[in-house]
Amino acid sequence: MNPQPKFASDPGRSAETHLAEAARFVRMHAIASIYHAGSGHPGGALSSADLFACLYGAEMNVWPGGIHDPTRDRFVLSKGHAAPALYAVGAYYGFCGRKDSLALRKLGSPFQGHPHVLDLPWVETSTGSLGQGISVAIGMAIGLRIQNNPARVYAMLGDGELQEGEVWEAAMAAAHHRLDRLTAVIDYNKLQSDNTNGAILRLEPLADKWRAFGWHVQETGGHDITAILAAFRETHAAPQPSVIIAHTVKGKGVPFMENIPAWHGSVKLTREQAEDALAALGAGAAETRDFLDV
Amino acid sequence: MSDAPALIASNGDSLREAFGKALSALADEFPKLVVLDADIAGGTGVHHFRASHPGRFVQFGIAEQNMMAAAGGMAAVGLMPVVTTFAVFCLRAIEQARLSLCYARRNAKIVASHPGLDVGPDGGSAQALEDLAAFRAIPGMTVISPADATEMALATRAILEFDGPVYMRTGRSPARRLFDAGHPFQIGKGQIIRDGGDVTLIACGAEVARALDAANLLAADGIAARVVNMPTIKPIDGELAARCARETGAIVTAEDHNIHGGLGGAVAEALAATHPCPVEFVGVKDVFGASGEPEELAHHYGIAAPHIAAAAKRAMARKTTAGRA
Repeated sequence: MNPQPKFASDPGRSAETHLAEAARFVRMHAIASIYHAGSGHPGGALSSADLFACLYGAEMNVWPGGIHDPTRDRFVLSKGHAAPALYAVGAYYGFCGRKDSLALRKLGSPFQGHPHVLDLPWVETSTGSLGQGISVAIGMAIGLRIQNNPARVYAMLGDGELQEGEVWEAAMAAAHHRLDRLTAVIDYNKLQSDNTNGAILRLEPLADKWRAFGWHVQETGGHDITAILAAFRETHAAPQPSVIIAHTVKGKGVPFMENIPAWHGSVKLTREQAEDALAALGAGAAETRDFLDV
Repeated sequence: MSDAPALIASNGDSLREAFGKALSALADEFPKLVVLDADIAGGTGVHHFRASHPGRFVQFGIAEQNMMAAAGGMAAVGLMPVVTTFAVFCLRAIEQARLSLCYARRNAKIVASHPGLDVGPDGGSAQALEDLAAFRAIPGMTVISPADATEMALATRAILEFDGPVYMRTGRSPARRLFDAGHPFQIGKGQIIRDGGDVTLIACGAEVARALDAANLLAADGIAARVVNMPTIKPIDGELAARCARETGAIVTAEDHNIHGGLGGAVAEALAATHPCPVEFVGVKDVFGASGEPEELAHHYGIAAPHIAAAAKRAMARKTTAGRA
């Protein structure tokens, strides 16, 4: 079992303050690793940073010493291209080194462009093909229940990912099997690789779709930590699988990236762009050097 | 010189039924085993398991992609999932098998019924002739195609004892009984089941019985054909293939599958690296199947015993003109 109650329980600081700082670190670290890699998807990493902070810093029962502990909760990054944010939150909470994990997308580095469980056991499974992660999470939830293990399972999905038919196969299966310990979090930033969701393939009415599939549905602001935590708390009482549709801003925190689809895809950041992005996230000169001069 | 087990020639169970019964019988010995179904348990043989171990039988509905990836999740939490559906629908979910089973190196098994022309009347859409090639190309995937009910039962135990992802074909139609209980099935090993020195017929699945029939046809013409049962397509038993090439100088491969990329491809790759010799490929010649009874289809598409015998003569003729290697 987890030896510590929760990461967020720093004395003297509210959970919200702590998690906001964690999210800021996630954004800065993701920008830095994508800069060092010379490629990567910044938009979706920035939009999901607050969700990652709430999951790893408060909601989930996971801890660095317990990555093989059977009682731990499981997290699956179904939107595998947000790997820089996953590595960043892992670095913040001690699942991996803060400097090591800047070696994103490099030959020989375990921090591949999409998470790989053989390289990094704490990422739980390998993802990068949209739609599969939610199915893997369902398999985990069914498998845990068969073994009478009360651990919870979380999956984070992108909005464009919901265009994969497999997601709706999974949605049906989770409701049919009443997987009440499964929570899907949707980083609903409204943009995908080439354009808006609406222009590529319409998702709305999204909440109605999940409701119709039999899920407990909540919509929340995806950058409002208090609201995110409340939404997670509510899922624990639901008798069916839960989905949190988190309305987010693609590129959140870096004004020149916000809501611009071009920053979704794999991009190369110049030194100047990386510095500007870190400055926008409140990094001082020393912090910027720590991230960029390694 | 022959390491052939005793052969039994009688009508046997279909391989799918043999698999289903074996799985059910082994369930208590393998407590982590769970079986996944996509609404065709009656067709894949796992209705036996559903009846005997309902708490470890998970219904996914007609949604193979989700089922395949979910198997990865079940393996991730310590279970040993066996995914069951028709071979064509395994192809539908091959990318899930690639990423969530093989790339993540999960101890999960895929057991596919209804492969090849053996499917029969359901027709071309249902006859998977590409699965051995496709699954063989995934790193870390072991590919197996047993020949009769006895071997099916032995192979079922073997894949449960094996740690890693496996793709195994069963079969729809009644399969002639070829082996007795002492049959030495081992993943990665073939066996000489009839000896001969003029040519070697290497077969898997439904084609093993036809290769034995072909050896009888050849014997009537004074040709001593060796028959090898090669149930593991990957990793191929290259040592045995090379030995047969050395000792008989000509090879025929026979499979209920496209001639491209399956058993023939695996044998040819192995021989090219060790002991090149004339190889003739018996299989479906890069076309789709059609409705008909399996034996009719075998004749129509050129994978019946006379076709294997004719291929043997072609291979031997090449041996003569090329000279023994």
